[in-house]
This record gives sequence, structure tokens and C-alpha cells, in this order.
Amino acid sequence: MSAPLSLGPARPVPLSAVNPVAQLSAVLVVTCVLLVSGDLVTPGVLLAAELALLPAAGLSRPGDVLRRTWPLLLSALGVAWVNVAFGSLDGAEAWLSGATWALRVVALALPGILLVASTDPVRLADALTVHWRVSTRFAYGSLAALRLVPLLAAEWETIRLARRARGVEGGRDPVAHVRLLASTAFALLVGAIRRGSRLATAMDARGFDSGVTRTNARGSRLQPLDRWFVTGAVALCAAAVTASVLSGAWSPVFS
Amino acid sequence: MEDPVPPRGTRRAPRVPGTGSFQHDGVGPAAVRLAGFGFRHASRRAWAVQDVDLRIEPGERVLLTGASGAGKSTLLRALGGLLEPESGDAAGELTVDGAAPDRRRQRVGVVFQDPDAQLVMTRAGDDVAFGLENTGTPPELIWPAVDTALDAVGFCLGRDHATAALSGGQKQRLVLAGALAPRPGLLLLDEPTAQLDPDGAALVRAAVARAVADRSATLVVVDHDVEAWLPLVDRVVELLPHGGTVEHPPGWRPAPLRMPVRWVHEPGEVLLAGEAAGFTHRGSARPALAPTDVALRAGRTLAVTGPNGTGKSTLALLLAGLRAPTTGRVVAAPTVTAGLRRPDRPPHRWPAAELATRIGTVFQQPEHQFLTGRVRDELALGSLRSGAGAAQARATAEELLERLGLAALADANPFTLSGGQQRRLSVATALATAPRVLVLDEPTFGQDRETWAELVALLAEQQDGDRALCLVTHDAAVVTALADDVCTLGVPVPV
Amino acid sequence: MAEPAVRPSDAAQGAPRRSWRTVDIVVTAVLGVAFGVVFWAWGLLWAATGPAFGAFPPGQAFMYGVWLLPAVLAPLIIRKPGAALFAELIAGIVSALLGSAWGSLVIVYGLLQGLAGELGFAAFGWRRYSWPQALLAAALAGGTAAGLDLVNYYPDWTAGWMTTYTALIVVSTVVIAGLGGIALTRALAASGVLSSFASGRARV
Repeated sequence: MSAPLSLGPARPVPLSAVNPVAQLSAVLVVTCVLLVSGDLVTPGVLLAAELALLPAAGLSRPGDVLRRTWPLLLSALGVAWVNVAFGSLDGAEAWLSGATWALRVVALALPGILLVASTDPVRLADALTVHWRVSTRFAYGSLAALRLVPLLAAEWETIRLARRARGVEGGRDPVAHVRLLASTAFALLVGAIRRGSRLATAMDARGFDSGVTRTNARGSRLQPLDRWFVTGAVALCAAAVTASVLSGAWSPVFS
Repeated sequence: MEDPVPPRGTRRAPRVPGTGSFQHDGVGPAAVRLAGFGFRHASRRAWAVQDVDLRIEPGERVLLTGASGAGKSTLLRALGGLLEPESGDAAGELTVDGAAPDRRRQRVGVVFQDPDAQLVMTRAGDDVAFGLENTGTPPELIWPAVDTALDAVGFCLGRDHATAALSGGQKQRLVLAGALAPRPGLLLLDEPTAQLDPDGAALVRAAVARAVADRSATLVVVDHDVEAWLPLVDRVVELLPHGGTVEHPPGWRPAPLRMPVRWVHEPGEVLLAGEAAGFTHRGSARPALAPTDVALRAGRTLAVTGPNGTGKSTLALLLAGLRAPTTGRVVAAPTVTAGLRRPDRPPHRWPAAELATRIGTVFQQPEHQFLTGRVRDELALGSLRSGAGAAQARATAEELLERLGLAALADANPFTLSGGQQRRLSVATALATAPRVLVLDEPTFGQDRETWAELVALLAEQQDGDRALCLVTHDAAVVTALADDVCTLGVPVPV
Repeated sequence: MAEPAVRPSDAAQGAPRRSWRTVDIVVTAVLGVAFGVVFWAWGLLWAATGPAFGAFPPGQAFMYGVWLLPAVLAPLIIRKPGAALFAELIAGIVSALLGSAWGSLVIVYGLLQGLAGELGFAAFGWRRYSWPQALLAAALAGGTAAGLDLVNYYPDWTAGWMTTYTALIVVSTVVIAGLGGIALTRALAASGVLSSFASGRARV
């Protein structure tokens, strides 16, 4: 859990050289194609390409990959199982359908994991505000809130222990567990909103709401590499769809 | 416009011309004037600040004191132009360099209490640059200004250091650098050291001293630790609870801390002991707490002290039965374990309801322990959970409300209480289940002198011969006031 | 007390300010972030409890409402146009960052569910933030989520299951996100943390 929570400055990896908005564009293209596709070949091709990018995102050791992807893999298995066991299809067709949907879930989720592994959130906010004209107030406001995630995780543990000290724990009663979870979450939310309000005051004290056009000390540059990256993603999607159509597997979802 | 006080050989970050009301038209230290000033929050009937008349000359350093609830923080926010018009009513006059403070926002730098509620960026340098970016400073002028500010506070870990990996004192230093980077004429500090350990607090005070040494900014400080700031300030102004101010003469010192009456007890039996108890986080190479021997005796108070990073809070969690030691063990005496279904088990495996009646714990942040929406329910909860009847739980709650002076607040929401009241309530909730052992983590952390005295008196009452207390604390005065035995944890293993 | 110079607060009078203050932005984002973490945990719970619904998978939809809570809660607290969309989107992004089971697809979900929730408040011109708006927003967001799920994950289900699934989700969101959102706003207001917002000043 600690690995995906570390939202500090990301360790630079080869993929970090690609501007975050270029990465996001590629993710968007891939996501759109996958959302339309309903066959096994398209996600298969795209997934192969995504897996090939894992080392560039610094995820070359199986342990690292697994630490970031285990909830995803669990869910893909669940989706496959639900469709095989409870879908309207039987036999080999059901298995094919299950595999298709599982593969699609993984192919859809991996680009996000690649992005997180290679991108510093500050650089992402910079790129979004510089290139996509996203509102600086919303981008950096969100960034400030995002910084609270690791604090929330630590606080959750403390609150849980504090509840036990008060004589409250789930024990064997599932209802008590749910109530405890709800009350812990509420305490966490109160703390988070309070901290968020203070953070907003501190940001205003530093001129965040001054109304002056904000400058950016770091800047964000687009380079030829970024164009190649997006072009590559588009070409890959075209290749995947072509392969799918040629093999006769293509069956779009919305048809 | 010429700069009357050239700031330490650096260029002041210039402003973009034509940016309307936010363009600043003052340089050097700012002058502050208050005449009959008052402020009332929209949701309250009473005035938070009232009838304040005060002149602060450019370059002066003022310490603002006053009992908790006297409106120090509200006044500081007003000076910073941070009170929104819709958040309440203002009375009288308040000017910074002759204009309303919300028009002088760019002339003001503010540092608040909680560093985690002030840092925005993930890297140190980026965070200091944040304020400069907001005011439209051209990028090529930002980095020199950032370096100057980092240098001014003595932050030498470099621009690229991750803010999350800093200690509290270093974080607060960084926040100060961020406030100083736009070269403010007025520096406002709102309890900047309240959440820091003594070393961190000293670090921050040293950074402030260094930053204002050339009198390039007027300084107004609010802090509970009055004595520590006295060498740095020119004037001490006290806000009175019902309005108005008193200026203390030069050489003034606060009244000494009120020490509690204490009965010294003969060491009783050992109720709870850590035997080579240590703890290492999973996946960590370095132990959070090296194996430690410690014994809590009936009628005695043990203070656990030591520098940051030696595992004081971890030791408290082990003794409180909230974490399992990874080495050694925690053993409770038969008189404590009596009545348990499995008395052979260590405290961390006791059911929570059984634990609460045997070992009570008070956490650093009282809010973490609150479970209900009313003070009265909060006090009854512990007894109810450990099997007392409703009538008995109510009686216990009423008695504690009286004894701890919380009766007037019986129906208030615990989250809305002041810091000191919350602290008293959290001690009261631990006492409600009448545990033999009471473990407290930094009970006096960030409290003003009044609350400090109240809390220490309350804890002194608990040393009744039957109970064992364990205090984890940085506060040397608490150790003097309450401790019979002291356990100092060793120097931390270097990373 | 004589107070000729008092400048009264303009909290009570006039239409609510439409523009977003910093505290609105940050607290909405904080709600989004907090619920992003909740989503992530809820996703694990969803996966863990999946086998219990082996006999009738659509039944699991009764847990669904939690995923739509920010789309109702944020507008109730912040009272600005766009709060539902912003909070739900951030929640989606954060749960994706934490390694959600549904990957970047959660972000698309967040966007569309947020938009649907927004409609519930837009229908009243973003002027009123009470239970009719909350329930409408919850029902709309739930319907949208159900549609997305059926297309994306359960296209092979029978029509009967699909209908049951949709109905259960809408009921779940109306109860958990709608009524739950109202209750949560009240509880938060009572704790005093909403003092910067009109929603927190109303009842004190």
C-alpha cells in the first residue's frame, strides 16, 4: 500500500521524459479504443505494448509490478469469473468472453499505473495548467489536497488504535465492524476538512487568491519526443483495431 | 520607488506592473495601527476581539499574549487580511501601512501552527516558490529569491528535498522561507512552534531571529511559549479576555507555572512492565523502539523522555496494549489481569472493552478518541462498553463532568470544544472506566499556561496510590511537576 | 454596547456567491481525496465480498451507494455549481492513483457520475441545497453508474438481472448517497468544521 501512496517527487524513470500531457493524451486514446472494443485481440495487442513499457516506468522487478497491480489483478479475475459463471453464454464461448473482459480491464487500468509510476504530481499540474489551460486555482488546489493522502493513511491507523483504547473494536460482530469503520471514517473526514480549511487560509495568505495571473517557476515544455509518443499510441491503436478486424474478432460494444 | 532598506544585497522580486489592487506600494517594514478594533464571528454572539488600540512601528517586534480564547489568532488573521467579510462583523479601524489589510496582503507573510496544513508542493524549493508564483513574479527572478529565502532561514537540505521527508521543525522552517520569499514588510507568526518538539521549536525561533535581524520586516508573534520568545521581541502586548489590551513593561516575565500539590507514595507493586520490549515496523530495517525495560508501579508516575525518533510514542502504544511488541514482551500483574477470560494473554490481545477498564490511554490528538456527538455521551460510553448499566454509566459521567469542570459543556459537541477543553475531556474519558494504569502521550503538548496548570493538577489528582501513570513527554516542566521516575530513551540509531 | 463602526456581515443576505473561494476548492478536493481513499478500500471490500453473492451477483449492488456519496455530499457542503463533478472526479483520480481495481476507468466513471449528480442540483438552478436536490442527484448518479457497469462489465447478463441490478443501485444510492449525504452534512456541521461555509453556519 505504501508504494502507490508515495506521492512525493517521483523517482525519475525513462518514461518521465515524456510530458505528462502527452502521456495523458496517449492514455485517453487507448482508453477510448478499449471502451469501444469488445473482442480479445484489441486489448491483447494494447496490453502487450503496455507491458513492454513497464521497465521504462521503473517497474522491472516482478515484486514492484505486483505491488502496484494486485488489486487490479484481483478485480480482473473477479470480472472473468462473474462472466464465465453467470453470463448468458456456455462452454468455450463463456471462457472466451470472460478472458476478453478480464484482459480489457487490465489493459484499461495499466496506463494509469504507468502514469503514476513515472509522473510527479507537481509536474502534472504544471503541464495541465501550461498546455491544457486547466485553471491554476483548481489544479494547485487539488494538488494541495492530494498532499494530504499520506497523512490520512497515517491518521487512519492512529484513529483505529485510539478507538481500541476507548474500548471500541469490531471483534467478531460484523455490524460492530461496520459501525467502527463508519465512525473512524467520520473522524478522519472531520480532521481532513479542518486541515483543508487551514491549508486554504495558508494558501490565501501566500496570495493564491490574489487574482494576479500566476507564473510558473518550473515551466513545462513539449518536445519532439512527446509528439512521437502520442503518434505511437495512435498508431498502436490503429494496428490493434486493424489486427482485430482482419482476424474477424472485432465486435464493438456499442453495436 | 527607492528601497530605503536594501535587503541583504539581493534584488527585491519586482511586481508585474498594472496588476490592479494587488500591486504593492510600500517597501521595507510595515506600520500597523488599530483603533477600537473588534471582530465577531458570524456564528457567535460574543466578540472574539474587542476594543483593541495598538500602534506598531515599522521594524518593531511584538509578542502578543493572552489567555486561550482571548482572540489572539483572530487578531492575527485580521492583520493578515484573512478574515472574509462574510465570516463576521468588524468594528473600529485596522490599517497596515495606512490601508485596509486586505489591500496589503502582498506586504504580509504569515506562518501558522500546523506545517502539514501549509506546505503545498512536494519539493522544498517548489514550495518556497509558490507564493512568488501566485504574485506573478517572472520565473527567472523566482529561483534567486527562493535561494535567498532558504538561506535566510538556514535551510540547507537543498531545493529538491521532498517536503514529506522533513521533520516538523524543518517543515516549519520551510514554511517560514515561503512566507519570507516575497519579502514581506509584516511577518505574522501564529503559534509557529506549538506542534514542534523543543529542538524543532528552537530551530524555528533561530530561523525567525535570523530572518528579522536586519529589521526589514515588522514582526508580530503569538505563541504559548512566552518565555522562549522574550529575548527576540521588543514589546509584549497582552489581549484581555473581555476586550482591550495591556502593554507589559520591559523586563516583564510571565508568572511562574503553577505546580500541583503532590503526594509522594511508596513504590507499590509493579502493575505493568515492558521486558526488553521493542518494535520494528514491517519492512523497516531500523527498529522504531530498541528493546526497553520499563516498570509501572502503583502510586507512581513514570515519565518517558528522550529525543525524537527514539520511539517514545511507540513505547506508549506497546504499554497501552495497542500494538504488539516485535521483540520482548509486555506483562501485566495478576491484580490487573484479574477477571479476564484469558489472563495469560498479553495486553495487546485483550478485548478492547477489557483493555479500557485496565489500561487507559490518552492520545496526543484528543479528537482521534471522540466517538459521540455530546460530551455527556462521550463520558458514559466507556462504562457502557465495559458492561456497566445505563444508570451507572450516567452517574459516572455526571461525577466526572463535575470533577473536571466540564458540567457547563455537557451537551456540547466534543469536536467544537477548545483545545484545552478537548484535552481535559480526553483525560476524563480515559478515567471513566477507572483503569489501574493510565498512559498519556504528550498530555501538555501545545497548551497555554492556564491549560497546562489545569491539566497537571488533574493528573496529580490521579496519583492516588492505587494507580500507575506513564507520561510520554518532551516537556521538562511536566517531568518536574509529576514524575517519580524517569526513563530516558537512548540516542536514536543514525539512519 | 455602542458600536457605531460595525460593518455587518453579508452572510445572511443576497444570493449565494457563485465564484469559488480557495477554501471551496481545497475542501472539495479534500472531500474528493478522502473519498478516493474510501473508494479504494470499498473496492477491496467489494472484491472480498464478491463470492458471497456468487449465487446472485446483482445483489451486491446494495453496497453501491458509497461510490456516489461525494457527488451529493460536496454540493451540500460547498454549495457551488460544479462541486459534485469536481469532488467525484478527484475521488476517481485518487482511487486510480492508489491502484484501484478498475484502473483509469474509475476516472471516466467519476466524471460521468459527477455530471449526473450535478444535474440534480442544476435542475434547481444551484440555488437550493436540501433533500429534494440530494435525492434527485443521488438517483441520477446511480442510474448513470448502473448503465456504465452493464455496458462495461456485465454485458452478458440476462435482462432480468440487468433490471434488478439497476434498481438495486438506484435504491442504494438514494439511501446511502442521498440520505447518507444529508446526515453526514448535518453531522459535520455539528462538529464545527464547516464554519467557513454557509452550510455550517446555518444551524449553529
